[in-house]
Amino acid sequence: MPIGAYLILSGVLFSIGTLGVLVRKNALVIFMSVELQLNAVNLSLVAFARRLGEVDGQVLAFFSMVVAAAEVVVGLAIIVSIFRRRSSADVDEVSVMRW
Amino acid sequence: MGEVITFWITATVSVGAAAFMLFQRNAVHAALLLILNQFTLAVLFVLLDAPFLAAVQVIVYAGAIMVLFLFVIMFLGVDRREVLRDRIRLQRPAAIALWVFLVAAVIFLIQVGVGLSEPRLPPASGDNVRAVARVLFTDFVFPFEVTSVLLIVAAIAAMVLARRTGEEEAETRAATRSAPPRPEEPV
Repeated sequence: MPIGAYLILSGVLFSIGTLGVLVRKNALVIFMSVELQLNAVNLSLVAFARRLGEVDGQVLAFFSMVVAAAEVVVGLAIIVSIFRRRSSADVDEVSVMRW
Repeated sequence: MGEVITFWITATVSVGAAAFMLFQRNAVHAALLLILNQFTLAVLFVLLDAPFLAAVQVIVYAGAIMVLFLFVIMFLGVDRREVLRDRIRLQRPAAIALWVFLVAAVIFLIQVGVGLSEPRLPPASGDNVRAVARVLFTDFVFPFEVTSVLLIVAAIAAMVLARRTGEEEAETRAATRSAPPRPEEPV
C-alpha cells in the first residue's frame, strides 16, 4: 500500500473525532472523540516513520500514548469531580465560571 | 497482495467503528466501538512494521485506558439520556460544514504533499523492538525520564481531584447518622 493511503485513513479518523467533539454533548463521549483524534495522529506518525525508514516517528507515537494515558487519568478525574457537583456529564451544563 | 486486502478490510472496519461511535446514544456502546477502532489501529501498526507499538496500543489503549473509561461510565450511571438540543444556534450545521471543509483540506494536502502512489521504502532495520529501544534510550532518554515524572504527577492529580472534600464527607456522614440504625448493628 502507498503511504498516502495510511495518511488519508488517519486524516479521516481525525476528522471524525473532530466532528464528535463539535456535536456531542456528553463529556465522556467528547473525551472518547479526543482519544480517537490522538490515535489518528499516532497512525500518521507511524506511517511517516515507515516512509522515512526511521523509528523516530514510532518513538514519538510512543510518547504521545504515554501523555494520552496521563491526560485520560486527569480528564476522567475532572469529569467525576464535575459530576459530583452537578450530577450531570453534559458539557452545556457547565457554562458558568464558578462552582 | 495480502497487505492490500488486510489494509482495506481494516480501514473499513476502523472508519465504520469511528462513525458508529458518533451516533451511539449509549456511552458504553460508544466505548466498545472505540476499543474496536483501537484494535484495527494495532493491525495497521503491524502492517507498517511497528509490532512494538501494536502491542503497546492493545495493552495501553484497549486494555488500560478503555477500562478506565468504562469504569467511569458505570460509576456515573449509564441510564442518563443525552440532551441533543444546542445552546448555540446553528451549532450543528456549522460543525458539519466545517467538518466537510476539514476532510477536503486534509485529503488535498496529503495528495499535494506526499502523493497517493509513492512506493514505500524498505525498513531501516530488521528488529523493530531493538531499534525502538536503541533510539528511546539514547536520543530520547531525557524525555523518557520526564514522562515518568508526568505519570506520577497525573496519578497524584487524579487522586486529589477525585477525592471527596471535607465538607462533602461531613454531609455524607450526617446523612448516614440520621438514617435509622440497622438492627444487626451492636450499639
